[in-house]
Amino acid sequence: MAAMLELQHVCFAAEDGQEKGARKEILHDVSLTVNDRFVALTGPNGGGKSTLAKVIAGIYRPTSGKILFNGEDITDLSVTDRAKKGISFAFQQPVRFKGITVRDLLSIAAGKKLTVSEACRYLAEVGLCAREYVEREVNASLSGGELKRVEIATILARGTELSVFDEPEAGIDLWSFNSLIGVFEELHRKINGSILIISHQERILNIADKIVVLADGRVSRVGGREILPELLSGARPSPCAVLTGEGRNG
Amino acid sequence: MDAIERGLLEKVADLHGVPEGAYNLRENGKSVARASSANIEIVSKTEEGKSGIDIFIKPGTKNESVHIPVILSQSGLHELVYNDFHIGEGADVLIIAGCGIHNCGVQDSEHSGVHTFYVGKNAKVRYVEKHYADGDGSGERIMNPTSEVYIEEGGSMEMETTQIKGVDSTRRVTRAKLAKGASLVVREKIYTHGKQTAATEFSVDLDGEGAAADVVSRSVAAENSHQEFTAVINGNAKCTGHSECDAIIMDNGTVTALPALTANCVDAELIHEAAIGKIAGEQLTKLMTLGLTEQQAEEQIIQGFLK
Repeated sequence: MAAMLELQHVCFAAEDGQEKGARKEILHDVSLTVNDRFVALTGPNGGGKSTLAKVIAGIYRPTSGKILFNGEDITDLSVTDRAKKGISFAFQQPVRFKGITVRDLLSIAAGKKLTVSEACRYLAEVGLCAREYVEREVNASLSGGELKRVEIATILARGTELSVFDEPEAGIDLWSFNSLIGVFEELHRKINGSILIISHQERILNIADKIVVLADGRVSRVGGREILPELLSGARPSPCAVLTGEGRNG
Repeated sequence: MDAIERGLLEKVADLHGVPEGAYNLRENGKSVARASSANIEIVSKTEEGKSGIDIFIKPGTKNESVHIPVILSQSGLHELVYNDFHIGEGADVLIIAGCGIHNCGVQDSEHSGVHTFYVGKNAKVRYVEKHYADGDGSGERIMNPTSEVYIEEGGSMEMETTQIKGVDSTRRVTRAKLAKGASLVVREKIYTHGKQTAATEFSVDLDGEGAAADVVSRSVAAENSHQEFTAVINGNAKCTGHSECDAIIMDNGTVTALPALTANCVDAELIHEAAIGKIAGEQLTKLMTLGLTEQQAEEQIIQGFLK
């Protein structure tokens, strides 16, 4: 059976902001399969994680390489076509819209006009007191955390085979962190699909079946949860140890 | 009334037949149906050469509405109508106006309405106006509404005006004078396309202490259309004034925003905001990740923006 999502030797170059006309390669020969319940994509800032997520969603086209979804080559498909095939993408920084209400957005995501109670159910799952939010506009009046939860709710409303979340925990208070993990578990239980989460959070990495480390645009490590302790210890920045005079092992 | 006229009436006034309460229906230059109620009296103007009506709303009238739709289905008709609203002290009413033009001929059809509102002490008025035009004739569909608003102490008026498609040329002028503690809220929505032009001009004098005006225009200029938004607010006392022009341009559409604020009193607080630009790319992308095509995404964004 074909893997649900497969990236084969994907490279991506974008225009270099510094030098006009020059292109800078951000992803180098990335190969990856996603077939598991939860896959966590982690690694240092600027390592290409968000770029990779956008390449999967179709927002960026790879300069070379192939993307397969359930065995089908989707490399040349548009964002819309990939969405229709069953790929969802939660933005790291959700977009605001004047005049579009939370219910409108959830309805677009669900592909049908939702009743108030249907929309409320999705909001309740992400910990928003539904009645207060359902008719509110997805505009500047929502806080970053509220917007982030609405964004996650749109992915629940879509309920597609593959859901990609770009740093879903950013801006969400720790208090509701456990329920966020619950949201992913529930999403998997309902859809029985795969969830790819870009995250730096240990608690999210802890529920992953597969951890992929992306650094400098390359896959530097792939493994199960068992690689976590090693990643965490390796992540401790040594310059600090020098500054504080502490040894690496205590 | 034929199907075309019934369609226009539904578009501009959400009416499927004769409205409840007081109303005046004007069709092709003549008043064709009218009803007054116990508290709202509608009478024709008697001055020579001046067409229109006077609407008298008794002091203290609550929760009543007046419908005054206008329909033009005859090509080549030009009319100038004067409607004066006398709103008694402490009244709280809803006024629904609207104009629909269907022009399938080669001659221009034009409706120019001059509405004057005398809003009495502590009276509250909500005014809803929709403009719509259709018909496939080469004759232009033109609407030039003028509103003069005088609000007495403690009175308030909320104006919701909408012009969605079909009107070839429009020049909307709104002038208001506000006394102590009076307030004016304007919510304008305009969508132009083709070669249409729309100019809106607001001029508000905040004369009394505690007067407040909030004028917000949201507009979309598509294809080769052009819009101009002018908002003049004069703060002549301790008052608050805010004007906002928020415009989306598409295709070759163009928009000019000209806000002007004058503070003639040191305690006047006046703000203007104007933003013009195309639909943000990330908004389109977000909706496309939800399965919409680029065109559907664009429609959703515009529909929400003008809702």
